[in-house]
Amino acid sequence: MIKVLFFARIRDELGRAEMKLEMPEGVHDLAQFTRALILANPSFEPALTQPNVLTAVNQEMATPGTTIEDGDEIAYFPPVTGG
Amino acid sequence: MAIHIQIQPDDFDLSAEYGRLRRENPQAGAVVTFTGLVRDFNAGGEVAGIVLEHYSGMTEKTLQRIADEAVARWSVAGVTIIHRVGALGGAEQIVLVGVASRHRREGFAAAEFIMDFLKTEAPFWKRERSPDGEQWVDAKDSDQRARERW
Repeated sequence: MIKVLFFARIRDELGRAEMKLEMPEGVHDLAQFTRALILANPSFEPALTQPNVLTAVNQEMATPGTTIEDGDEIAYFPPVTGG
Repeated sequence: MAIHIQIQPDDFDLSAEYGRLRRENPQAGAVVTFTGLVRDFNAGGEVAGIVLEHYSGMTEKTLQRIADEAVARWSVAGVTIIHRVGALGGAEQIVLVGVASRHRREGFAAAEFIMDFLKTEAPFWKRERSPDGEQWVDAKDSDQRARERW
């Protein structure tokens, strides 16, 4: 099971903050996971393919090549604006 | 050496935090504090207040890593980072960074380093409330450049 979180503007665009899904077949890295997520939810494509979307895997900043394993927590969010 | 990281909806008391930095770091010869406030005017115009959200868990880990890095680079004695979340009104306090160090130079440098990384890496997001409604604040390139200096 993979837990997926969406924050801020991306959460507003998708209309949801969180979802849980089975680990998709043949997925080993974050780029593959994002493609599988969009394939299963085509309406997510505009929000998740914006050029400035940031990602975290298990609460650490991630890149498209970051390895994904069953049980991971994956988050998508816009550039941060704290402080 | 003491690091305090706190994410909270409530306001903080600068003099109490300054007092704790002094008390816990008696060897320090300098305490530098930075306080960030809600501006009443931004790119979108008049601002009545902001709403801050964050990625609970990742925020604390990220701030801890930034504080650890500052301690390692400048051998500072103590670091306090307090960041508020939720709805804040105009001119309210948002963030406090305090550094206790032996001398002023490393204190100033470490405090600035912590703020530059907090602004570009810690998962907080701001929404501004104005008479026209609410809008997400865009990240600034100048913050990214400030971080790249280090």
